[in-house]
This record gives sequence, structure tokens and C-alpha cells, in this order.
Amino acid sequence: MKNWWKILAFLLLLFTVIGGFLIEVPRQVILYETIRNLYFHVPMWFSMIFLFLLSVIYSIKHLSSSNMGHDLIAKQMVNTGIVFGLLGLLTGSIWAKFTWGAYWTNDIKLNGSAITMLVYFAYLILRSSMDEEQKRGRIAAVYNIFAFVMLIVFIGVLPRMYDSLHPGNGGNPAFDSYDLDSNMRLVFYPAVAGWILLSLWIANLNIRINKLKDKIEE
Amino acid sequence: MEYRQRYAINGILLYVISTIFVAYLIFNILEDTKVWNALFWIILLFSATNATSKSFQHESDSRFLYIYTLISPHSLIIAKTIYNMLLIVFVGLVHLTFFSLLIGNPIENLSLFTSGLVLGSMGIASILTFISAIAAKTNNNTTLMAVLSFPIMLPLLLTVIKVSTLAGVGFGFEEGGIYLIVLGLINVVIITLAYILFPYLWRA
Repeated sequence: MKNWWKILAFLLLLFTVIGGFLIEVPRQVILYETIRNLYFHVPMWFSMIFLFLLSVIYSIKHLSSSNMGHDLIAKQMVNTGIVFGLLGLLTGSIWAKFTWGAYWTNDIKLNGSAITMLVYFAYLILRSSMDEEQKRGRIAAVYNIFAFVMLIVFIGVLPRMYDSLHPGNGGNPAFDSYDLDSNMRLVFYPAVAGWILLSLWIANLNIRINKLKDKIEE
Repeated sequence: MEYRQRYAINGILLYVISTIFVAYLIFNILEDTKVWNALFWIILLFSATNATSKSFQHESDSRFLYIYTLISPHSLIIAKTIYNMLLIVFVGLVHLTFFSLLIGNPIENLSLFTSGLVLGSMGIASILTFISAIAAKTNNNTTLMAVLSFPIMLPLLLTVIKVSTLAGVGFGFEEGGIYLIVLGLINVVIITLAYILFPYLWRA
């Protein structure tokens, strides 16, 4: 069974959707039923960061081997990651409209995600501004690594210094802050694994399509 | 090597001063610390971008090749970074002087603000040096410079603005110290990355 992980992704997401909407969740002030968004919104960011991490790994590989295949993988990982990032923004801002009353607030995590998107759009623009393949791959890889490390600094360090409106920050309720709610964990962890596998799957398809395109052009 | 182009430094200084003068004509004197901070850092950011964007573009190809045979890429990037750091810190201090002179200075703890300014300018300089090395390799480098560097610079800028806001309302080193440490660490991270990655750019 070569494709076991695709079946696993499908089953996990099926469980996420069914369990996410039907299994009992703790009722907390402000959040109430919108807490279910945890199963969809948060895994989007996990998948995005996961894809960007893979992209950086392939960029490093590309720098040390000059293999154009690695460059292609790095680029398609970023493309797919951006889609997941946009989905994360979308699910987040719809949720925010109903909990905080606005689609966008001046919150450190929101700004962080917006900056992440800007950085990776810049990465794509940088790529499109060069024609020569070897040079493009090398320079894009350098920028990718540089940008990713700065993002880690940004996402890892700064939010701890500011209060955030997000559940779990600044005295807002979250599922961790009371007792561990085993029901929610039961859905949340499979959801994260499922979404990450799905993101890998999409990236994989993207890479294969583009490899074929390159072959046709040759 | 770049000190020879002294007209460039004078140009940057004049750029800063005339921008401040324009701001002065619009705002006269600013009492509000928040607006003051915003204006101060925006002017500094754009002058710094202008000052450093040329650092890898003046080299014509033949001269580039000549340098390439003389020194290692490691020493080149370090030299450029140090030069730009000194330049931007200098520009920043001049900027602070003229800004306070014309627009007023509501900052209560000047020593904290100045140390934030120095560390922040060093960080801005080192990011911009590296990005300008990347942008110089591409075709339309002036727009690309801004597009590539601004999102990356934001963590640094947010920290620096936090420091200046703290200094603005009169907090001391006990409260602001942690942010200064963060600024220093960001600097170290940037320089290490530039040092490791630059040889790859160089070969391209």
C-alpha cells in the first residue's frame, strides 16, 4: 500500500468534520460553539508552517546540491503553504467577526500572519523577476532561508511579549486554561495530523504537475 | 572602499534633513509621542533604504570580478555590513538631532531611546545590506528592495518601536532592557545568516 497516508488523511479529515461538529464541547463564555473553529483554523497555520519548513529544507538542499528538482519542490511547497495561510486568514477572520465583532483587529498574531503572507508573496515576486534558472533557484533559496529564520524570530519571540486577543492569551479562555478537555483533544490532534497530511498531498500533486509541465516544455 | 564616495553620504544626510524639514512644515511641533515615533522611524527607514540600496549596485561587473579575486565573500559581506551599520547609526544620530531641533523631543528617557536607536539602526543596516545584495542580482531592483526587505524588517521595527514608546513615557532600562536584548539577538541572527548565506549569492 503505497498510498496509505492519503487514505489516512481522508479518514482523519472525515473524523474531524464529523467529530468536530457533533462531539460535545465545553461551553465557555464568549467562545461557546465557535470553539469548534479550533479544529479548522489552527491546523491551517500548522500545515502552513510545516510546508514552509519543508520548503526551507529543500532550499538548503538546493544550495548544497544545485539540483533543480529541489528548487521546484521548494517553490511548490511555498505555493501550497500560501493557500493554507489564506485559508487560515479566512477561517480566522470569519470567526473573529462573531467573537470579537470585527474581521480584523490589531492583534500581534494577526499582524504576524499578515507579515508571513507578505514575505512569501515577496518570495514569489523575487522568483518571477529572474529568468535564468540556476541563478533564480539559488537566489530564491537564499531569500527563503533568510526570511524563514526571521519569521521564526517573529512568530516565536514577539507574541510572548505582547498580549493577544486569542483564546489562551491575556486571560482569555481556551481549552488549555481550565482542565484538559479530553473530548476536544480527541478531535484536535487527529485534525492537525489530517490537515497536515492533506497539505502534503496537495503539495505533492502540485510538484508532480509542474514536473510534467517542465518535461512537456522540454 | 566606499568612503571614497563621500558625496553619497552627504546626499543621504541632505535627504534626511530635507525630509525632516518637510515634516516640520506640515506638523510644526509634535507633542504626541505616538505620532512622533511613527514619523521618526518612517523617515529613518526610508533614508536607510535609500542609503544602502546602492551598496551592491555601484560595482560594475569588471570591478566585481576584480574584488572577487582579491578577497573572500565572507570578508566582503562583513565589511559591507560594518560600513552600512556605521553609516546608518551616524545617519540615525544626525536624524535624532535635527528631528529634536525642529519638531521637538517628547522622549523622556533619552539614553534608553538612543541605545534602542543605535541597536535598531544596526539591525536595519544589516538586513538592508543583505537584501540589497539579493536585489542587485535581479533586474528591477529598486522596487524589489522595498518589497523584500520591509516584511522581514517588521519584527525588528516592532521591537524598536516598543523600546521608543517605553522611553517616550519615561521608563528606564529595567523595563526596556529586555527589548534591547531582543534587538541585540536579532542583530546577531541576521549577521550570522548573512555570513553563512552570502557565499551562495556570490557564486550565482
